[in-house]
Amino acid sequence: MSDLKDYPDIADGIEKKGISRRDFMKFCTGVAVTLGLPFGMGTQIAEAVLNPKRPPVIWLAAQACTGCTEALLRSNHPTLEHLILDLISLEYHETLNAGSGKQAEDWLRKTIKENKGKYILVVDGSIPVKDGGIYGKIGGKTMLSLCEDMSSQAAAVIAIGSCASWGGMPSADPNPTGATPVYQVLQNKGIKTPVINIPTCPPNPYNFLSTVLYYLTFKKLPELDDKLRPKFAFSRLIHDNCERRPHFDAGRFAVQFGDEGHRKGYCLYKLGCKGPETHNNCPTLLFNDVGSGAWPVGTGHPCFGCSEKGVGFTVPLHTPAKLKDITPPVNFPGIAEKRGKGVTVAAAAVVAGLAGAAIGAGVATSKKLDKKKTGSESKE
Amino acid sequence: MIDESKPIGGKILTKPFMFFSAIAAIAAILLIKRFIFGIGAVTNLSDGYPWGIWIAYDVVVGTGLTCGGYAISLIVYVLNKGEYHPLIRPAVMASLFGYTLAGVSIFFDVGRYWQAYNPVLPKYAQVNSVMLEVALCVMAYIAVLWIEFTPVFAEKWTDKFRIVSRPLNKVLFVFIALGVLLPTMHQSSLGTLMVIAGKKLSPLWQTAYIPLLFLISAITMAYAVVIFESLISAIALKREMETPMLSKLSLYMVGLTVVYLIVRLGDILLRGKLLLAFNGDFKGFMFIVENLLFILPFFLLSSPSKRNNPKMLFYAAISMLLAGGLYRFDTFLIGFDPGPGWQYFPAFSEIMITLGLISIEIVGYMIFVKKLPVLPAVRPA
Repeated sequence: MSDLKDYPDIADGIEKKGISRRDFMKFCTGVAVTLGLPFGMGTQIAEAVLNPKRPPVIWLAAQACTGCTEALLRSNHPTLEHLILDLISLEYHETLNAGSGKQAEDWLRKTIKENKGKYILVVDGSIPVKDGGIYGKIGGKTMLSLCEDMSSQAAAVIAIGSCASWGGMPSADPNPTGATPVYQVLQNKGIKTPVINIPTCPPNPYNFLSTVLYYLTFKKLPELDDKLRPKFAFSRLIHDNCERRPHFDAGRFAVQFGDEGHRKGYCLYKLGCKGPETHNNCPTLLFNDVGSGAWPVGTGHPCFGCSEKGVGFTVPLHTPAKLKDITPPVNFPGIAEKRGKGVTVAAAAVVAGLAGAAIGAGVATSKKLDKKKTGSESKE
Repeated sequence: MIDESKPIGGKILTKPFMFFSAIAAIAAILLIKRFIFGIGAVTNLSDGYPWGIWIAYDVVVGTGLTCGGYAISLIVYVLNKGEYHPLIRPAVMASLFGYTLAGVSIFFDVGRYWQAYNPVLPKYAQVNSVMLEVALCVMAYIAVLWIEFTPVFAEKWTDKFRIVSRPLNKVLFVFIALGVLLPTMHQSSLGTLMVIAGKKLSPLWQTAYIPLLFLISAITMAYAVVIFESLISAIALKREMETPMLSKLSLYMVGLTVVYLIVRLGDILLRGKLLLAFNGDFKGFMFIVENLLFILPFFLLSSPSKRNNPKMLFYAAISMLLAGGLYRFDTFLIGFDPGPGWQYFPAFSEIMITLGLISIEIVGYMIFVKKLPVLPAVRPA
């Protein structure tokens, strides 16, 4: 077990920021649990976090609203959030840089050169590729060329947010800039650096932090699904973990915003909730650490499918979702089931008739048996 | 083969044949209704009584009544008493009809009949389930019975069965062994089904010994049915009576009933619930009737002269059949109380469908004994 004392500098830093050792270990264990790892892994994560030789992170912002960064900054443990930003050694981030202009760009070039093949590149936003990528430039270079250059020298690329993952809002029809997801840009150029997509608009910061810490701890990427999303966060359907699911199963739906069903918290499927076809952990992880209900469906708005390729920003907001497995039943069981029926005249008549016939047949048979016996005896 | 079996021949379209076919036809029409409008349209089943006479009679009593194939195999093959061999074929045939129709009846009774094959798919198997054991055992036993009965077809249509009959004869002993094993398993498991009903079943019937009691009473019922059937066919088909053999068989029946009653009454005395039988309610009354029916055959068959009297054998067999049948009805329906307010009595169409299945059994029996070598060849009297 590592101890904060083994890393005096960082340990001092943490304590100065008012974080006890206990809180820090709790955080690391929480990350382990989010990742679906055993509790004991919290220790390993703590060790990785405290390791002074940690790989640098470079954050490239492309066509996006900076919501991903904002979400990351507004996670409800500001001290922890700062801690992590310190710990992952954030080398370059246009929103958070202390310097600007030439100073910042020089630092970027220097970092890339020094950490070639070792840094993690985080990209938020889609890459404009139309007309040679002229629709987005940083420091005189197109985002396209920056993305290609920086990703080819990175250890791994994290495409954060729906824009970087699938193109997102900038790629919505008619897609004037040719907004393209990061993995597509790399594929087009034949760059083999592994890409992790962390969609959602904006992504839950803990999904991002967990992915980064996983990489720091185990020196490999977490298990990904066929859309390159980490499975720990994106393997379950929202619909299957939604607190409104019982209303769906019982056939209680909100039909209009503000109607009785909506006020009572019924299922939002008929308002176009995309929960049934969207994979994400929002219903269980929630946002902003403020407790239950702090996620879109919880606040009464249908899920719009931001973390599912071809759903969010593509399918109209109020179009009903495609149901993957269970469709709502046509009929619903009554509240007070009939408690069975008693005897009817017809049934009683049949039973009585049967009993009568059986007795009659029994008597007749026994008479015949007598006759037959005496008959066979007399024959002998 | 110790004795030769022969088809008895004769006209198929007799009056009883027409009568039972008509009942089967009515049942068939009602079944169309069941498959179009659902179980609720033809039965009185409810959430409290999810099973009714289709299970209590068609499956539980029905397979008990028709496990003659098993009970006679026990004597002939396990106790090695070859003298009873002439009884095997009719008994296996009765099992064949009883079990096949019990399987068919389950198909009518389950709500999602289109998934009825799911128990045989390993991915759906819940290996701790009693129901799974019963389902697999009964399915397997139906198949085993048809294989056990194949030699009868092979004798009738020698040419068509030439390819299968020689290899079949070599492995038939395996199926005969399975035919003894499988009913031992599921006749007791049918009882276990009600052990898991817990306190919903009256203490007069609820005991950990239900499986044992079901197994023993199934065998006694099977002997009773063999006696009953032999006597009836002697009259109806004008055949020689097999009284000496039946009288010996009745001793097995009575002997096993002693074991049954020791377990049954001993258990209820030890549990201290016997007085419930005398508090004047319907369940108590049925308990008394049921056990009196088990005891009655003792008095009917108490001496060798009585045992050689076909009439006494007939009454004793009926008493035993009613006893075993009532015990099963009591355990599955009469002693079962799902809670206040629930009630069940079979609906008219529900009864008619059960009667239809019984009619098919009778009609099938008539055709088979006349056309196939089932009954022993008649020796000069």
